[in-house]
Amino acid sequence: MLFDYQTYKIIWWCFVGVLLLGFALTDGFDFGVGMSLPFLGRNDGERRVIINTIGPTWEGNQTWFIAAGGTVFAAWPLVYAAAFSGFYIALMLCLFALFFRPVGFDYRSKLADPRWRNAWDWGLFAGGIVPPLIFGVAFGNLLQGVPFQYDSTMRMEYSGNFFQLLNPFGLLAGLLSVAMLAMHGATFLQQKTDGAIAHRARALAIAAAVVTMALFAAGGVWVAHGIAGYRIAAMPDANTAFMPVAKTVTRATGAWLDNYARWPLTRAFPVAAFAGAALVIVLSLLRRTVAAFLASGLTVAAIILTAGAAMFPFVLPSSLAPGSSLTAWDAVASHKSLAVMFWVVVIMLPIVVSYTGWVYRVVRGKVTLEHIRDNQHTAY
Amino acid sequence: MTPLDDVVSLSRLQFAATAMYHFLFVPLTLGLSWLLVIMESVYVMTGKEIYKDMTRFWGKLFGINFAMGVTTGITLEFQFGTNWAYYSHYVGDIFGTPLAIEGMMAFFLESTFVGLFFFGWNKLSKVQHLGVTFLVAFGSSLSALWILIANGWMNYPVGAEFNYDTMRMELVSIVDVIFNPVAQVKFVHTVAAGYVTASMFVLGISAFYLLKARDIPFALRSFAIAAGFGLASSLSVIVLGDESGYTAGEVNKVKLAAIEAEWETEPAPAGITVVGLPNDAAERTDYAVKIPYVLGLIATRSADKQVTGIKQLKQEHAARIRRGMTAYAALTRLKGGDTSPAARAAFDAVKADLGYGLLLKKYTPNVTDATDEQIRLAVNDTIPKVAPLFWSFRAMVGLGLLFLFIFSSAFYFLVRKRLAKQRWLLRLAVCAIPLPWLAAELGWVVAEYGRQPWTIAGILPTHLSASSLQAGSLYFSLAGFIGFYTLLLVIEMGLMFKFARLGPSSLHTGQYHWEQATPAGHAPAH
Repeated sequence: MLFDYQTYKIIWWCFVGVLLLGFALTDGFDFGVGMSLPFLGRNDGERRVIINTIGPTWEGNQTWFIAAGGTVFAAWPLVYAAAFSGFYIALMLCLFALFFRPVGFDYRSKLADPRWRNAWDWGLFAGGIVPPLIFGVAFGNLLQGVPFQYDSTMRMEYSGNFFQLLNPFGLLAGLLSVAMLAMHGATFLQQKTDGAIAHRARALAIAAAVVTMALFAAGGVWVAHGIAGYRIAAMPDANTAFMPVAKTVTRATGAWLDNYARWPLTRAFPVAAFAGAALVIVLSLLRRTVAAFLASGLTVAAIILTAGAAMFPFVLPSSLAPGSSLTAWDAVASHKSLAVMFWVVVIMLPIVVSYTGWVYRVVRGKVTLEHIRDNQHTAY
Repeated sequence: MTPLDDVVSLSRLQFAATAMYHFLFVPLTLGLSWLLVIMESVYVMTGKEIYKDMTRFWGKLFGINFAMGVTTGITLEFQFGTNWAYYSHYVGDIFGTPLAIEGMMAFFLESTFVGLFFFGWNKLSKVQHLGVTFLVAFGSSLSALWILIANGWMNYPVGAEFNYDTMRMELVSIVDVIFNPVAQVKFVHTVAAGYVTASMFVLGISAFYLLKARDIPFALRSFAIAAGFGLASSLSVIVLGDESGYTAGEVNKVKLAAIEAEWETEPAPAGITVVGLPNDAAERTDYAVKIPYVLGLIATRSADKQVTGIKQLKQEHAARIRRGMTAYAALTRLKGGDTSPAARAAFDAVKADLGYGLLLKKYTPNVTDATDEQIRLAVNDTIPKVAPLFWSFRAMVGLGLLFLFIFSSAFYFLVRKRLAKQRWLLRLAVCAIPLPWLAAELGWVVAEYGRQPWTIAGILPTHLSASSLQAGSLYFSLAGFIGFYTLLLVIEMGLMFKFARLGPSSLHTGQYHWEQATPAGHAPAH
């Protein structure tokens, strides 16, 4: 095998991060477009314009979610098992909301009845806003720790319930996630449309960028002074295979800032998040729409990396039995599996990114009302 | 603590329901994508617009179906984690890999290009667009390959070993997992069944137009392509039947014995029971009608290999369960901290039967203290109920033969140019549209119900695999899935019927039936 076990464990933390970023950066603007659809599109023609900005590409974007799910299953089976069964109801609500998207996009414009189209628009709205909200709430709960523990056969018991996820910090994280993807969707629409829709998208992008900065700042203060972070006090050699319960973990307020003290370069992430959101505002005002979209992407990535860097190596901390916490050292697949999957990612990911880039090139250009009129029967 | 029985049953019900809903849409995607490739290839080679219209019209129906395939598919990707958390922990090291590869290698391909299939007609050259269509078809069949490698591994878990340090199965050889003979056979059988489904779909709808004498050139060309592709596919499904993989691995032998109601081991080659009433309690088949030799030839592809009977399998399982108790005791000793070479050797000697020991967990949490009665119950669990398998299998095979008959007749009369007079055949083709779905679902019942009581054959019992959830959560999710899926299925069927009735007129080219029959501008919407 090319690398030792510990190196693969670190590489895999990065790979999962890359897949989640791919999901947030691509499907992220689809969510943003979906949640703003009923508001930015005031009539059927405008709504069709909005839907068709992402019509040809949303499906490939959603695959980042599927691919991230499968990859976490293979590389971090314990995380896959614990996160999805622990957040059972939340994930179900997320899935139910996602159901509306594939059918919503394809079926909406197949019938002309306004009630039919209007119903699908609200379905697409739900499919756009519920998943980011739930992902954000879930992330907010990861930062606080989740009540689960393992027995000697590695069976996980989860003692929380859905409503406990809806605590103040969890909701703050949920709103941050919604605001940041609303911004991402609006900056996308701003450069993909013209006229009234682009104008409204610009206003939304600016407003969402302001809210994103405010919520992100509030979250930062809360993490530093309000909630307890986790620290590994002792654990077996990271180069060996061991069960999560084999380590000792302590909790302390502000512990999530340890990594920023240890590796000062990571402070670039929160700085980039604020700078990116500020740039979104400035560039949108200057009508530099492509640059504004890129700045929005930078913001989204930087916010996720800020949380990721704070938690490393923790992935799913346990508030009930901190020693059961899942980390990049102990929630992982075997050395061999990580090595096999390493090659899959190294070979496939560049291929995926290149053909996705080609598809975006083919469908480049603005979507307009004339375009919809000319393609009545083929456009979404 | 093992999950409560009702959580296990509800989780099984939910998995069965969501998987079977998903498989209402998968076969059509698998097959129709290739039919689109064939139609578009003819368009690119001949330049005849009618073939482009065929690609676009059948592509519209493909899209309606594809959206539901994606909707129901998302669930399955996550359901192992939500409902089968212990399973995910126990075998994720191996099982997760093909799923991840499926996402990275196949599903990305399929779903990135499917958008261009619909939106790329004016943005791509003819050959480029054909390439896009090909990649969608290739991606969907490749997707099926990786999913069936995962599923094949559940039935015949090769290339993996138990690690007591991490309390799970770990990957030993990815090559063994990929080239698992059971998986390969399953793949060929399943995709060919998908091709049959799509061929019957196109054949039946085209037959409907022929019966109504609408858009005849369009319908006849579609009918011809479907007849040819369907004939080849239905032959493959039958010749490359799934049961040829059933001689590999213990659980597949059980499945084979159950679908054939083979109670006793017969000298090779065994006879096949065509019909009869399997009687689980008495371990015999009442009123059996048997044809000698045939089963052995089909199942083992040889005249001298035996098909093991259920009674003998039970005896073997009883012995394996007893060895499994020893394995469990040895594992407990290792987990207790005694990792001396002697303790390891003691475990290694019997660890192949650890899974059989785990079957006893349903009756006693300690396993090692199981009574003879508990062992007897566990042995009985290793044989699924015979009648559902026996009848599902026979119905599936019967339907397969019917499809072969329909496609070969269609092909024959088409070649003899006497199709128009065979209204019975056209009507039969219309009526047969839903039947391939029935056959496919029955096939899954045989494959998956026949795997019980295991999630991973011989390794992990189903009742241990579930998540530790509350029954209330399961009722919520089950109601949600059935409610949403049924609602969306009704909508999907409504659109499917509407556009199938409308036919190529829905393309608004001005060339087709409904556009001629009504004044311009008043054609039915879309």
